[in-house]
Amino acid sequence: MSQQVATVSHQAPPFWRDLRFLSIAGQVLFVLIVALIAGTLYANVTSGMASLGMNAGYGFMGLAAGFEISQTPIPYNPIDSYWRAFQVGVINTILVSLVGIALATILGIVVGVAQLSTNWLVARLARTYVAIFRNIPLLLQLFFWYFGVFQQLPVVRESIALPGAIYLSSRGLAFPWLEPRLIQQPAGEPTSNVMLWLTVVLASIVVAGAAWYVLKVRQDRTGAQSPRFLIAALIIAASGVLGLMVLQPFVLTVPEFQRFNFQGGQRISIEYAALLLGLTTYTGAFIAEHVRAGIQGIPKGQNEAARAVGLKGGQMMRLVILPQALRIIIPPTTNEYLNLTKNSSLAIAIAYPDLFNVSRTILNQTGQAVSVIGLIMVSYLTISLVTSLLMNLYNRRVRLVER
Amino acid sequence: MKRITFAALTAVLLLMLAACGGQAAAPDPAAIQEAVDATVAAMPAPEAPAAEAPAAQAGESRLDTILARGNLICGVNGGLAGFSNLEPDGSYSGFDADFCRAVAVALFNDPEAVEFVPLSTQERFTAVQAGTVDVLFRNTTWTLSRDSSVFMDFGPTTFYDGQAIMTTVDLDIAELEGLDAATICVQSGTTTELNLTDQFRARGINFEPLVFEDIDATYTAYNEGSCDAVTSDRSQLVARRTTLADPDAHVILDTVLSKEPLGPAVAQNDSRWSDVVEWTVYATIQAEELGINSANIQEFLESENPEVRRLLGAEGDLGVGVGLDNAFAVNIISSVGNYGEIYNRNLGPDTPFNLERGQNALWTEGGLMYAPPFR
Repeated sequence: MSQQVATVSHQAPPFWRDLRFLSIAGQVLFVLIVALIAGTLYANVTSGMASLGMNAGYGFMGLAAGFEISQTPIPYNPIDSYWRAFQVGVINTILVSLVGIALATILGIVVGVAQLSTNWLVARLARTYVAIFRNIPLLLQLFFWYFGVFQQLPVVRESIALPGAIYLSSRGLAFPWLEPRLIQQPAGEPTSNVMLWLTVVLASIVVAGAAWYVLKVRQDRTGAQSPRFLIAALIIAASGVLGLMVLQPFVLTVPEFQRFNFQGGQRISIEYAALLLGLTTYTGAFIAEHVRAGIQGIPKGQNEAARAVGLKGGQMMRLVILPQALRIIIPPTTNEYLNLTKNSSLAIAIAYPDLFNVSRTILNQTGQAVSVIGLIMVSYLTISLVTSLLMNLYNRRVRLVER
Repeated sequence: MKRITFAALTAVLLLMLAACGGQAAAPDPAAIQEAVDATVAAMPAPEAPAAEAPAAQAGESRLDTILARGNLICGVNGGLAGFSNLEPDGSYSGFDADFCRAVAVALFNDPEAVEFVPLSTQERFTAVQAGTVDVLFRNTTWTLSRDSSVFMDFGPTTFYDGQAIMTTVDLDIAELEGLDAATICVQSGTTTELNLTDQFRARGINFEPLVFEDIDATYTAYNEGSCDAVTSDRSQLVARRTTLADPDAHVILDTVLSKEPLGPAVAQNDSRWSDVVEWTVYATIQAEELGINSANIQEFLESENPEVRRLLGAEGDLGVGVGLDNAFAVNIISSVGNYGEIYNRNLGPDTPFNLERGQNALWTEGGLMYAPPFR
């Protein structure tokens, strides 16, 4: 201690009043406390596991899973490994998150704009929606949708038949769907024209993109306007439909009620529907607020200036207001996207086999709590980091270019 | 205030000096970094022995922890009438809950010295591994993998069960094959989930599972028609059928899908503690075999039969041998009863479940209940 004091010069305050020392000491103290807590936790886990003779590792993931999963976007069989089951879970999570993000964004923009509507009823309705869905816990909303709404639909034997062979019941929505048409070959496996058709569509997208670009360049140069979005869309749609008619890559399968369930066609389960609806309406309410804030954050002068140069309502929104509002909207909306993805883990409450649900089953069948929880955490972290990376790239594009 | 700040800073400084090994730490960033690195590097080693291990270290047993604590923490289902069910007054009733009380009586001669922790199927093993509960009486099936790679040690089976399927009467299904392509509700993380898959695979038929974590959600979904059938242990289906809107509209198929021996589980590698749980269960079985129950125990206390005298602690040191009082069996029988009493009180003819003893009868009556000798 005396050495310490001796190094301090006569004019300087004592070290315990030296701001530089205090700030460094504070940081050291903080690091020490964090290290102490982390060390204690680590030692606790390792000694606990050691006393049970347990060791962390992922060797068990190669064993046969042995349990069935209700919704498998990729082929899965109970004799496949735990890894495969885990992959099914990850894909189910991505499936609900991506669609949820897309729908929540659309809903958020519509409601956000509606909140600012001059129509009293529309604005009130939009505000009421935001107030209700933003302020009720998501789990409760999921229970409401799942147990309160979807399970109350008629049982599968008394399905509501909608026009076009669509059936609605407490098993979900069954509707006609396209399946690849298999062409029997004289020798070998039957083939289908699906890839050929996809190539045609891809080619038409390239052509449509080129046409769009040519028209845009022309407008930039001469000012001559043309419906270039419409033209591009028409090119893609026309070649897609023509390809469908000529190549016939698909056949339409219609759901038919067998003894227990609908066979054929495609089915959206009520678990997926409830989760998607819950996540969309909940997150949509938050996004609506960001959109409202973004639009209101643009000075009124921009509006007036746009009108002064003769832009119409839609153009004004698209060319002047939205590009500026996006700068305000995107960062908090990125947060909502991440929240939606993480909130999808509540699927476990309503039997949707997402990443968390499947992993919990794996955990229970293997008893490897530390390893499996670690894997779940890393998976969500990866999904979230990729999402925020993409959103940050987009944010950089729309950011105000400063010179 | 300043004094406290000064004291805290001095403590930090001392720590830093200690970490540097006497080297005077001037407020120089490089030296501080070094100090931090050294501290962090040294951290786990001195901390390890001081850490509170959830389970027993070598030599010490969970038994000591429980005795010091003064009550038993028992993991139960909590939502399964007949086995362990939360009553409106906040107490727990049922077959499993009574065995928790029996262990508490063996330890403390007090059936109230038990704290019930309701656990989901998913939580149960982690709770035992982490030491959140001392013992699991949670209609849990004894399997090899749970006994080994899930790090449990199982006690004697308290209830021999088998997996069954419940479906609605109007579907008119006689056997499993009739359920091809059906949707079946099941609880996640159970042996049921695996057996169901096995049985359907073996028969070459398909099904679609609807997997719930919560037991109530499982039966709600079944009741609402989200699934055509629900599968679980037969005892559970019987208990749950009584709570459905119209019990007579549901039928439990005769097909037995699997063996489901239900019994207590404790964390692996702690034989002193697992002995207590095991011999508590055996005491109830042995008492029934000898005809001792809570009503006539006073008469048996004067018995001259050496077998009775050993069980009741009048002869020998059997109770002390497992770390309990010699009178542990007397206490269990007089406050909780023998196996038959526990069974009849919760599952027997006077209950809504009215489950036959069947395999759960004593070995002397053609069942599987058998206690090793008290000697």
